[in-house]
Amino acid sequence: MTGRILLAGAGLFLLGFLVSPASFAPLFQPFTRNNAPAIYAQTSLLSLTLSHLAIVAVAVAASTVVGLALAILVTRRAGREFLPLARTVTAVGQTFPPVAVLALAVPVLGFGTGPTLVALFLYGLLPVFETALAGLTGQPPAIIDAARGMGLTPGQRLWQIDLPLALPLLLAGMRLTAVISLGTATIGSTVAARTLGEVIIAGLLSSNTAFVLQGGLVVGILAVLIHHGFQGLENGVRRRMGLE
Amino acid sequence: MARLQPPAVLFALIGLAGLALPLVQFKPNRIVPGEGVGLLALPQGLAITGAVAVVLIAACAPRWPAALRLAVAAAGLAGVILSLGAAAAHLVPPGNALARVAPASGFWLLLLAFGLMGTDAVNRLKPGLALRWQMLAGALALAAAILVSGALDGVSVMREYASRRDLFGREAQAHLALAFGSLGLALIVGIPAGIAIFQAPRLRGPVLGVLNILQTIPSLALFGIMIPVLGWVAATVPGAARAGVSGIGVFPALVALFLYSLLPVVSNTLAGLSGVPAATRDAAIGLGMTRAQVLAQVLVPLALPVLLAAVRIVLVQNIGLAVIAGLIGGGGFGTFVFQGLNQTAMDLVLLGALPTIALALVAGIALDLLVQGARRVPA
Repeated sequence: MTGRILLAGAGLFLLGFLVSPASFAPLFQPFTRNNAPAIYAQTSLLSLTLSHLAIVAVAVAASTVVGLALAILVTRRAGREFLPLARTVTAVGQTFPPVAVLALAVPVLGFGTGPTLVALFLYGLLPVFETALAGLTGQPPAIIDAARGMGLTPGQRLWQIDLPLALPLLLAGMRLTAVISLGTATIGSTVAARTLGEVIIAGLLSSNTAFVLQGGLVVGILAVLIHHGFQGLENGVRRRMGLE
Repeated sequence: MARLQPPAVLFALIGLAGLALPLVQFKPNRIVPGEGVGLLALPQGLAITGAVAVVLIAACAPRWPAALRLAVAAAGLAGVILSLGAAAAHLVPPGNALARVAPASGFWLLLLAFGLMGTDAVNRLKPGLALRWQMLAGALALAAAILVSGALDGVSVMREYASRRDLFGREAQAHLALAFGSLGLALIVGIPAGIAIFQAPRLRGPVLGVLNILQTIPSLALFGIMIPVLGWVAATVPGAARAGVSGIGVFPALVALFLYSLLPVVSNTLAGLSGVPAATRDAAIGLGMTRAQVLAQVLVPLALPVLLAAVRIVLVQNIGLAVIAGLIGGGGFGTFVFQGLNQTAMDLVLLGALPTIALALVAGIALDLLVQGARRVPA
């Protein structure tokens, strides 16, 4: 219960701060030196936040669609041969540092939002694919037998049994992806993407801790809210399907 | 229909696409965009292209044993890398210090095709632990031999390296110090903390809650916040500055990485200890062991594989995150990455990014093998 109240409080604080950052200036004033501005004003924080969220949302949506499609593909009979390879590639891919992926996307895509989107998409594929795979392959044998006994075709089994049962795990994968992307997107500002990283980097360049703090705070609160949002969704789905 | 091996068909398609695309980019100097040069435009290009294409297509036959596939993949990888070196040596006129030859899409696709083929072959071979270690060592030895031989010296990344050899050595040391130093600190603090919350369940919620919140702070911000915080500590806490605490240089990056590492170490210590069956613990107590003995001789050894898994997570994560230290003057390979991005000199970006990726990959594979080894020991 206290957790919910804290979350709601954090959400309200975030909303207030984004709508009217200037009224929070006294809060950040102690962290500035030499009368530097306490609130980042080059660009509106609200628009940066929206752009940040949009980049993350597009990347997560794309990785979910592609990751799920790939997971379905390698668990069908035609794609079985790819299953062990896909598992290894996912594990190996996740050791690739996100910053390095981002930097390597620049020569191909140039500066701007493009490389950030691609890096987030590629990096986000892995958790989604991994959890979708676990969801699609983890059914108890009894369920598979029951489906066969009912005379379901493979297509019916996929839509009516496998995918609904995999949904909670898929949501967990999306949650991981969203939270990682949210943090990694800040680094996108080093390649000129419009994200909240802009505020943090401005703070680093002018040694203005207030900027670093407000950029970090907004991203941090967003991450916590998204994390709990997805978790609530997962629990809801689990309950509705009687998994708990 | 002639039966084909589906993964091999995929590798062949990727590889053939790689052959069709430019192998390298030739640039008059390091900043301007270059023009692509295909394998065919090089001496013996036709023969090499033909050989690679034939091998890729032949490998689609299902009869090929996995060991042969692995050998072909290894030879293919080495061949592609050596072709890159040969292309650079051929394209740059002697005495021209400005022209650059950088790997292009064709090179990366060929590397991907043979890399996937090798991975798939290793999966099918199901080698034992000892053999896996030998394969890792062999791959590293081969890579080192190619680098030392000078075959790649004409390639742009190596040219960047040649002009800052000393600096590269120093940044490599800084990167390793950051990754391993923060891991060491996290183990020193995190394992006792994990044991403490295992024995005092009331503390679990608060401790894990705080560590969870730390993880949500974006890395860029955490690195940035450490600068003033540690600067303040160094200025106000007596003796702190003399002990090496400082708001500039490596220290803020080290502390930030340490903070990120705490959650995996603490939570895995707890999970490892909680995973020991109650019957095992009861038996140890029944043998007359003291609490400390039970902990040191029974619980910790049994929790070791889970703890090693945490070491893997932390080490791979910190090798990657240490790149960000380059942005706040903390050194490491990130210095090259961000310098390169600022100068739009992509060769310099590669000089920072490639060693980081290689380091993370090797650390990940080596620790996976260690974890498997620890699991197998009947404790």
